[in-house]
Amino acid sequence: MSMSAFLATPLGVLILTLVKALLFLVPLLIGVAYLTYAERKVLAAMQLRKGPNVVGPFGLFQPFADAIKMLMKETILPAGANRGLFLLAPMLTFALAMIAWAVIPVNPGWVNANINVGILYLFAISSLGVYGVIIAGWASNSKYAFLGALRSAAQMVSYEVSMGFVIVTVVLCVGSLNLTAVVEAQRNWWFCIPLFPMFVVFFISTLAETNRPPFDLPEGESEIVAGFFVEYSSMSFALFFLGEYANMILMSALTTILFLGGWLAPFGLAPFTWIPGPVWFIAKICFCLFVFLWVRATFPRYRYDQLMRLGWKVFLPLSLFWLVLTAGVLEFAGWLPVT
Amino acid sequence: MAPQLANWFPILVFMAIAGLIALAMVAGSLLAARQKPYAEKISAYECGFEPFDDARRRFDVRFYLVAILFIIFDLEVAFLFPWAVSLGRIGLFGFFSMIAFLGVLTVGFIYEWRKGALDWE
Repeated sequence: MSMSAFLATPLGVLILTLVKALLFLVPLLIGVAYLTYAERKVLAAMQLRKGPNVVGPFGLFQPFADAIKMLMKETILPAGANRGLFLLAPMLTFALAMIAWAVIPVNPGWVNANINVGILYLFAISSLGVYGVIIAGWASNSKYAFLGALRSAAQMVSYEVSMGFVIVTVVLCVGSLNLTAVVEAQRNWWFCIPLFPMFVVFFISTLAETNRPPFDLPEGESEIVAGFFVEYSSMSFALFFLGEYANMILMSALTTILFLGGWLAPFGLAPFTWIPGPVWFIAKICFCLFVFLWVRATFPRYRYDQLMRLGWKVFLPLSLFWLVLTAGVLEFAGWLPVT
Repeated sequence: MAPQLANWFPILVFMAIAGLIALAMVAGSLLAARQKPYAEKISAYECGFEPFDDARRRFDVRFYLVAILFIIFDLEVAFLFPWAVSLGRIGLFGFFSMIAFLGVLTVGFIYEWRKGALDWE
């Protein structure tokens, strides 16, 4: 049996899909490991420190040392905890951050699942992230964890609403929910230019969605210690950690696809188009991640009432207004995409 | 498999891989590390005090209010998605139908705002 005939059989399809999935997930996991390293290095540089520099050249093996340390620690199951749910929560958080990557296109055709409702799928998966947090906080049966989980859930759902309006605005300009179509629609103009206010709202909302500073109230070290994962140790803690960082990369990828033209070179100009698409895609993700870290080094933490005010009284009306404005302009100028 | 469904197959594979990695990491740590729990170690963390009582107790109703508001607006977003995809084909009638719907919701939003449901003092 020839190679191509084998790949058409059910077993061949399964193996091919597995290999393709691992080609995405293994670099992603390495990227997550090195994002923790990059975060420490960038923060250190911004505070005129050196950061990790002992394990390996320039401290490059630090993430692996951390992983081995986590693995060798005892998994503490608190006495009052609901054990099954307590162990399920970090796995759920981690798994959700991974499976969202199935629909992310890196280049035309370089995507695992080219489904026609890609944006909706990503929106659904990122909404499910709240469950990991709530389950962890409730199952821990600890007051800090419980308060942290409530705060975090309220914060995540508040910012999800304005994220939804922003995504609908982009969909209006594209006329499709397919992520490849979203990128291809930005051939002439990246959406961050005509929809600039939406771009800003979206980026700040992703900071709140991933519980990153300045919206890291769920963790708020000085008040509730570590929030919803205060009772976690060892690998179940590491899974929360990896999930958070994988979500950061995912949100950066989503920002890149929706607003920064995905794999497209800037303005399609000659010297830029010589660089292949995936390189552009990764470079744009790295830029977004750098801004994540930069914000962390720069801004103090929000107060909870300020956070709620920003979400419900500023972002929600602003995004709703811009949605109606965009729809009106597209409708009356006759620029609506007909698909 | 229908082509539409075949597109979704990689997602199933992703779920299987992600679940396996998560399970393997937790199980690996349980096997590799020495487990030695005792009463003080596994009691809930409360800044060094003995925990007073467990965490199954009353909490602020405002969290509940936020969740209710979220459901209203998230439903609205879910309603907007199909409209946004097909706006080019449904013409002015489709456009103004949604504007009327959003107008009603805006009135509700202003009412919530004036009633102080969005305040967190």
